[in-house]
Amino acid sequence: MGIPLEEVQHVARLARLQLDEGELLAFQGELNALLGHFSDLNEVDVAGFLPKPHAVSLVNVFGSDVPRAGLTRAEALANAPVSKAGLFVVPTIIED
Amino acid sequence: MPELTDLSLADLSAKLTSRELSAAEVASAFLENAKARNDKLGSFLTFADVAEDVARAQQLLDSGKAGPLTGIPVGVKDNLSTKGLRTTCASKILENFIPPYDATVVSRMKDAGMITLGKTNMDEFAMGTSNENSAYGDVRNPWDLERAPGGSSGGSAAAVAGGQVPLSLGSDTGGSIRQPASLCGVVGFKPTYGRVSRCGLVAFASSLDQVGPIGRTVEETAWLAEVISGPDENDATCLKDGKISLEGLKSGSLKGKRFGIPKELFSDSAQPGVLTAVQAAMDILANEGAEFVELSIPEIQQGVTTYYIIAPAEASSNLGRFDGVRYGIRLDGDGHEDMVAQTRGKLFGHEVKQRIMVGTYVLSAGYFDAFYVRAQQVRAKMAAGFEAAFEGVDAILSPTSPCVAFKLGELSGDPLALKLLDYCTIPANMGGFPGISIPCGLSEGLPVGMQLMGPVNADEKVLNLAYLAEQALGVQSKPPALA
Repeated sequence: MGIPLEEVQHVARLARLQLDEGELLAFQGELNALLGHFSDLNEVDVAGFLPKPHAVSLVNVFGSDVPRAGLTRAEALANAPVSKAGLFVVPTIIED
Repeated sequence: MPELTDLSLADLSAKLTSRELSAAEVASAFLENAKARNDKLGSFLTFADVAEDVARAQQLLDSGKAGPLTGIPVGVKDNLSTKGLRTTCASKILENFIPPYDATVVSRMKDAGMITLGKTNMDEFAMGTSNENSAYGDVRNPWDLERAPGGSSGGSAAAVAGGQVPLSLGSDTGGSIRQPASLCGVVGFKPTYGRVSRCGLVAFASSLDQVGPIGRTVEETAWLAEVISGPDENDATCLKDGKISLEGLKSGSLKGKRFGIPKELFSDSAQPGVLTAVQAAMDILANEGAEFVELSIPEIQQGVTTYYIIAPAEASSNLGRFDGVRYGIRLDGDGHEDMVAQTRGKLFGHEVKQRIMVGTYVLSAGYFDAFYVRAQQVRAKMAAGFEAAFEGVDAILSPTSPCVAFKLGELSGDPLALKLLDYCTIPANMGGFPGISIPCGLSEGLPVGMQLMGPVNADEKVLNLAYLAEQALGVQSKPPALA
């Protein structure tokens, strides 16, 4: 039993994490150890309990509909690793 | 005459309003002291240029508009946005990040005339219980420099315990304010979810995260809670009537107050010295007329598991924003996807990557119902158990941490042991309850924290009971090296 290495690789790909072989093996061990403990959830009878995604639930929270200033373009781009002509620059995604 | 940095905030404030001291004098005394002690403690990552804050504070003092915290220095955890002041989350990926705006809590402290002295060290992205996951070095516990301060707000707790600042801000997702406060012998308060805005707090697990104050006494801690709390249009989860009131902080007595004692939070896995110290404190409270009601909330036993599914699940989504495009460091890669994966893979630390992996796994098709949905159901049942218990008591009392401060490196080979340290604090995050840790005694010469939890929105009551307990216990909690 346990998570095969290919699945650890797949999860790393989904999470956009480039991991070397040593890290993949380390995470395989750690994931298996943690998931082993997760089975204790099955000891709780949760019949009748709806999932609770929030600590304190609110419904229909509306803000006031008043225009206000946001960040300027320069402020928004100030931390960008690469920007050009007022835009974020990313590596080429679609070739000609 | 005590050092200026040792004065109570009431005394300090009186000297500021009477012009005996200027805001600049107070700020530079604290800043000098904080810098001098930082080589040993490692609690601050960045010190601020305080000139603007000092000028604002002095202006409030001069115009007679000063509040109790005007001119008082504060340390701010490095996952709270501070405009123009580097904010790293103790991560390599944000090494050069300069926020373009202030977190709501930071702008409220500015409005109150407080002086942000700098940004405090933490576990990377607030993930950890020892502060050893910082990319920028360990924080040392002022009680024993060989020991960890706890985490993830370890820098904020150590800075207060070490006399660098009288107050600091932390964030608490599973105990990250209360546990380090316990290990450093200071007061740490996690308000009800929604009573303090999360706008500008770098998100870890959005349904659990809450900002809160750390201080030397309950009263001083409560003052900061009042300043930062209240509704905020920039956080839709912030409660409408959330301002924390200090009106009844010191009122009443412990006589007839009922404290629930869940047997699951007094388990054998806690150190005997911790249980002895908490029991001794309970005896003192009993002498003051407090009553104790034994009870059981079995789901507490699944709390850590529930947390290590829900928190990583939310984190894996929240940390998706760190992609080397809009902020932070970018590493080169072969095309866009590889650039993102190289950046994240090389610049996130091990614990952060582990939690992203766990979160991605439990949210993936085929496991979502078995892990994530079930954990949310257990969370619902645990919260219901607490809510039922709160019907019959004023607050629930327990140790804050199952252990006193441990040696740096002592538990790092055993990640599960570190994860278990939030055993007593996680339930408050799951249910959104307010929780506070106050020093209640020593074990092996190291501080032990006692936790009080109340139902949602009982923040004032929890602070009041903590104040009364603090007065009854009379614990003088100061590290021996600094006493």
